[in-house]
Amino acid sequence: MKVLFSLMLLIFAGSGFCKEIKPKAKAVIEIWLWGGPSQLETFDPKPGADKSYNNEKKSIKTNVEGMEVSEYLPKLAKIADKYSIIRSLSHGINGHETATYMMQTGRKAGGRLVYPAVGAVIGMMKGYDYGYSGQIPPYVVLTRPKGRFSEIGFLPQKYMPFVTGGDPSRNPFTVDGVVLRGVTRKHQEQRRKLMQELDTMGQLVPKNEDLKKFDTDGEKAYELILGDAGKVFDLNTESKQMRERYGMNWFGQSCLQARRLVESGVVYITINSPGWDTHKKHFELMSRKLAELDQGLAALLTDLDERGLLDSTIVWCSGEFGRTPKVQWNAPWNGGRSHYGKCFSMLVAGGGFKGGMVIGESDKNAATVVERPVAPADFFASMYELLGIDPEGIMPNPLGRDIKVMPDAKNKLTELYADGGTK
Amino acid sequence: MSSFKVTAVLTCFCIATYVANAAVNNIDPTYEQPRSGQLRNKIDQLVLADLKRNGIQPAPLASDAVFMRRVYQDLAGAMPRWWDARNFIRSNDPKKREKLIERLMTTEHYREYWTLKWCDMLRVKSEFPINLWPNATQAYNRWIYEAIKNNTPYDQFVKKLLLSSGSNFRNPEANFYRAVSEKNQEGLTRAVMLTFMGTRYDKWPEGMQKELQKFFSQIKYKSTDEWKEQIVYIDLTPGKKISSKLPDGTSVNLDPATDARQVFADWLISPDNPWFARCAVNRIWYWLMGRGIIHEADDIMFNSKPANPALLSYLEEEFIRSKFNMQHIIKLIVNSDTYQQSFISHSDSPLAQEKFAYYTVHRLDAEIIVDFLDSLGGKKEKYVSPIPEPFTFIPPENRTISLADGSISSQFLSRFGRPARDSGLLEERKNVSTSSQRLFMLNSNYIQEKLSAGASLRYIMRNRKFNANQAYSAVYLLILNRFPSDKELREINEYANSNKTGRTRAMMDLTWSLLNSKEFLYHH
Repeated sequence: MKVLFSLMLLIFAGSGFCKEIKPKAKAVIEIWLWGGPSQLETFDPKPGADKSYNNEKKSIKTNVEGMEVSEYLPKLAKIADKYSIIRSLSHGINGHETATYMMQTGRKAGGRLVYPAVGAVIGMMKGYDYGYSGQIPPYVVLTRPKGRFSEIGFLPQKYMPFVTGGDPSRNPFTVDGVVLRGVTRKHQEQRRKLMQELDTMGQLVPKNEDLKKFDTDGEKAYELILGDAGKVFDLNTESKQMRERYGMNWFGQSCLQARRLVESGVVYITINSPGWDTHKKHFELMSRKLAELDQGLAALLTDLDERGLLDSTIVWCSGEFGRTPKVQWNAPWNGGRSHYGKCFSMLVAGGGFKGGMVIGESDKNAATVVERPVAPADFFASMYELLGIDPEGIMPNPLGRDIKVMPDAKNKLTELYADGGTK
Repeated sequence: MSSFKVTAVLTCFCIATYVANAAVNNIDPTYEQPRSGQLRNKIDQLVLADLKRNGIQPAPLASDAVFMRRVYQDLAGAMPRWWDARNFIRSNDPKKREKLIERLMTTEHYREYWTLKWCDMLRVKSEFPINLWPNATQAYNRWIYEAIKNNTPYDQFVKKLLLSSGSNFRNPEANFYRAVSEKNQEGLTRAVMLTFMGTRYDKWPEGMQKELQKFFSQIKYKSTDEWKEQIVYIDLTPGKKISSKLPDGTSVNLDPATDARQVFADWLISPDNPWFARCAVNRIWYWLMGRGIIHEADDIMFNSKPANPALLSYLEEEFIRSKFNMQHIIKLIVNSDTYQQSFISHSDSPLAQEKFAYYTVHRLDAEIIVDFLDSLGGKKEKYVSPIPEPFTFIPPENRTISLADGSISSQFLSRFGRPARDSGLLEERKNVSTSSQRLFMLNSNYIQEKLSAGASLRYIMRNRKFNANQAYSAVYLLILNRFPSDKELREINEYANSNKTGRTRAMMDLTWSLLNSKEFLYHH
């Protein structure tokens, strides 16, 4: 089975599909607003709706004519030419776990296979088997896993994301396994040597393949612990100004960290931002959380652009669903919004996606899609195309089946492709 | 029977000479001891005869220390406590291995660990994609636990699952038909075939798939007023008889007014059915030996070739003869020299592993590792449950081995490849190394904290009666369940002296080194 699997990887690597599109994207940053962010307070504001829907929150003009965002996002409003907004996402699922599965795999939950998350697929198809030589694993999660389902689905264990743990706004950013307090470099080297000398069992079974892998995995680990690779997590090498530009909080510094990971060649980075499940105290939470999001995300897009990385880096920001358009003022919610999968929005930028555009439209309350519906699979298929992965191609898998990457996406976002899409 | 005895005596003689020749070949004193020259049971006779035929040198026996650690992990899902290890190694009782096996199989740990294995296969989890929900998950887990505890005959156990119906709360075995990601006749047929025949439905001809589905086409579900209660029932609508085929090709008539599962169950658990016992004993062999006699243990087809056909037939016969007694088969295997042999191959033959000429090494189950780490003291692993309600609270003294619900997990468990329990496939458990596991063991705060705050270690460090070598030996006993060799003691003393670390740091670094050793992390 393993041989077959590697063979499939090779076949896939060799097949040049997609003659129409020049894949520009080399990396993806996923900003996951865990819990489901409100479309009304972010990218689909409805200033004209009744106050029982919009709570009298306004929209603001952006630097792109006719494109508006919520008043909570003043910094993003100034750079709208760098990103586009999809206002017509819909999957109709209102449960966290099943909606997350949909927004991570593009597929409905409950089939007989458990599919891998988009990050694991891209990490695999752009990773080690395809010439990736970075020392950091190709799929990194900042800083906690989603935890509702296994990111790898049916893929082998080695495609699990590297989850950092720690908090990048603390000094130092104690990345699990990479940065350890209280153990000096010299001490690290000493005890490594002791460990090797005491490897009594290993010396007796030198031919065992599993144990050889254990040794090479150890060498990779030490490249991060003692080598230069681990320095990517040392945010102190950034100037104070740069750090403050992103915001000196968990979210802002995670965005800065994501940019550093892109620079070091990591293929897929997920920032799992928790706390968007705002059943209660919705508006108080929005003021606080969106201020951080606005600053961090705007800094990230600008910084990537200034470094010439935005053209090759896709940034997408959404959650598993949106929130109920009508505010729940009754007890026990007292001003909250519930789960809403029928209509929600997403920000998408870079890597061959054009900026300054709005895709789709919702009704006057952001409750239903009225124009240009976009299914999660449409977005994922578009992202795969821009990365040079054929969505209709076979996804390498150890099950020995013909599983397509993201087939049957009928409404891909070709109007957003910077080079005009399929000709 | 008498002819067996005569041949047995003859082959015993030849094989004993063969083994005796093997014994002189460089035995490693830390991990090995010579075989006795006598055959322990028929398993050894069949394995050694096969090895001899193929010119493969069998390994010597594992040392007492290695055996003890191995059998604890396999039967109890745990490491021995250091004083138990010390006493076992020092005991002169010639029957100490048999006695240890007997004792372990009556422990609570044994029941919990073997329940865990079955829960992996039967997909016991609350959440997506299985969606048993907490109440049913707990009931189902307890039901499986009771079956393991009472050593319910395997045919009865399977029959109860196959013919189950009723409320998922009141008749826990009915959850068998709920614990599939696709609750339709195809999904159910797939689960039945994988679980009880060790075969992949998708590899069967399409025509046969359709025939087999008919046995499970009457299963229906309905809800009640109780939250997440579900009734599994059989929809019996009188009508014309339909014909179907059993997996062996026999045609049968099914009456829509009677439960078609009964026909399938009668065929499946019949002592004459080769699939049933074969799948069961081969899987037990796989669990204990790290590799099936038919490999993979859950990908059996009509034409699958066992690595040692006589051995597999013997185990099947024993299983049927003992009225499907699972503990009998487990005891038979772990009491054999084949199970108790060294993990170091003494042959260059490429067939040595699949012919069981040495013991197969593999990474330990995630649960066993983390339970041991937590037993060292300090901060415990945190479990998270994605189940929205009711809220799950796991007491800190709870062992991971006894977690009922596959949906309750931790970062450690997912990092070390604990199965998701989505499909019931054995390969879901990923006992392989990754660099992120190594990073975690080498350099995480969690491990570092164990070194400084672990109660067992502090006890050893502060014990004034110990001289340095005694303290180092205690660490070896604690982490690896054996005494260090002279060479190992020399290394650690040299380390302490040349780096002027002082004893405390030397002990911490020794502990860290051993926790990161293959010997600790690999079942061997």
